[in-house]
Amino acid sequence: MNNSKINQLKDNAFKYFGIGCTLFGILVLGYFLVNIAIEGIARINWQFITSLPSRIPGKAGILPALIGTLWILGLTAVIAIPIGVGAGIYLEEYAKKNRLNNILEINITNLAGVPSIIYGLLGLEIFSRIMSMGGSLLAGASTLSLLILPIIIVATRESLKAVPKSLREASFALGATKWQTTWMQILPASSGGIVTGVILALSRAIGETAPLIVIGALAYVPFVPSSPTDEFTVMPIQIFNWISRPQKGFIINSAAAILVLLLVTFLMNGIAVYLRNRWQKKVKW
Amino acid sequence: MKVKEKIIEGLLLLCGTIGVFTTVGIIWVLLSESIGFFTRVSIWDFFTDTQWTPLFTEKHFGILPLISGTLLTTLIAITVALPLGLSIAVYLNEYAPKKFRHYVKPCLEILAAVPTVVYGYFALMVVTPILQKFFPEMSGFNALSAGVVMGIMIIPLISSLSEDALFAVPKSLREASYGMGATRFQTSFKVLVPEASSGIIVSVILAISRAIGETMIVAIAAGQQPRLTFNPMVPIETITTYIVQVSMGDVARGSIEYQTIFAAGLTLFALTFLLNNLSFWIKKRFQEKYE
Repeated sequence: MNNSKINQLKDNAFKYFGIGCTLFGILVLGYFLVNIAIEGIARINWQFITSLPSRIPGKAGILPALIGTLWILGLTAVIAIPIGVGAGIYLEEYAKKNRLNNILEINITNLAGVPSIIYGLLGLEIFSRIMSMGGSLLAGASTLSLLILPIIIVATRESLKAVPKSLREASFALGATKWQTTWMQILPASSGGIVTGVILALSRAIGETAPLIVIGALAYVPFVPSSPTDEFTVMPIQIFNWISRPQKGFIINSAAAILVLLLVTFLMNGIAVYLRNRWQKKVKW
Repeated sequence: MKVKEKIIEGLLLLCGTIGVFTTVGIIWVLLSESIGFFTRVSIWDFFTDTQWTPLFTEKHFGILPLISGTLLTTLIAITVALPLGLSIAVYLNEYAPKKFRHYVKPCLEILAAVPTVVYGYFALMVVTPILQKFFPEMSGFNALSAGVVMGIMIIPLISSLSEDALFAVPKSLREASYGMGATRFQTSFKVLVPEASSGIIVSVILAISRAIGETMIVAIAAGQQPRLTFNPMVPIETITTYIVQVSMGDVARGSIEYQTIFAAGLTLFALTFLLNNLSFWIKKRFQEKYE
């Protein structure tokens, strides 16, 4: 065999190796998901969704965790969306190229790399202790808001960047002020990208476990939280709690709860991807 | 009108500075509680003692066992994720048909979207039993399965950043290589990968930083026994797991146990901060080459 043949062979071999690697991750994930579905699907019923936790696996349910997750989702959205989008608008539209704004920018990128559990320590000290929110929904949502702000800010900036200059200039030429231009022209034009980024950030927030454990969210909550100052648990903490128990019944419960959590996560991601594709198709500048 | 514009700009600036407040808050919280810790425990002991037993009656405060646990799981994760992630990046960039790429990329992204507590379940309930068939002496909690699952989770991080780096290599280089009669394999590994090496290194550093800070997988599957070992078969404890372990219990504020989680957190923050800044530096330094 000559050199060129060997090279051809290597080239072809890598082609199949590459396909193998690409499919490996996806297949492993698929195997995991099928495994979990087999384990947990039979456990999902109305009783499981609407019951409080219990010592007996067969009577236990996810109601407090599910409602807790929905509360966290709503509160985090209310806190993080205005601040995140506002920060994105400032950095992209208003900030001049100076030292201060350069620092603001580098800082955001840096924050995105901070481990989530560190945000938990921040929330524990600032929100739970100093602002005496304790292990409340509000403390949890505030902590998660700080965690996902970098994602929302970056997504907002990317979407604003995609709006062409001509739109801004046309608006200014008609006598609109900077804010009028931003609010009535730029934001609507970039809303698709911003909404996508926000949904992805929120779906990240509802999967978070560690920071909420650190701020003092409870593992065992035999009541349904009804106001932002109530103590709470969320789906991932409930799952963690069940996995940590030796009885087989709780493992099945955790598999079933994982299915519910994954359903919510994938649904949110699916909506985000759908919106992104639609937005990219529609907008042709 | 002018006043309203100014007020709005002020409000937006306030939002823009939230990041700075967060950073200052993190550093202040970690330092202020750690200072309390280091007045009781010497820094020398913290970095040289080989035992970490703050929750026992006989207390030792050596962070080394937690660091070794963290590095061990990280090392295993990178060993899994780097070859797979880089091969995927090369394949998708140079070999794959457009359509395949279009459908496969979002599938890979799903790997990163699954909540980490779910991966913890997989590591403990699926991967450990499989590995125990090959290594019967392996403990139910161990660094190996936690590390392997973490590696699978960070594949998309390495593959997508490396692919961006490969894509950014100027077309002329690739065409020159093909013009010389090189195969795709030769072009990829002798021209594109070396040219994109800074971007690939950045992706690996970010993956390491992510693995060091990962919490739930190791908290569920790697155990809660701090020990200074690089044996992947036995239970260990990472920095993040220790923080979770203490947080699950009832620890009074101001107690030494309470302060240990901030000292551990400061160590973790310092590690990831260094890695993240190293990646910025590499990116900045080598990106200018083509401009």
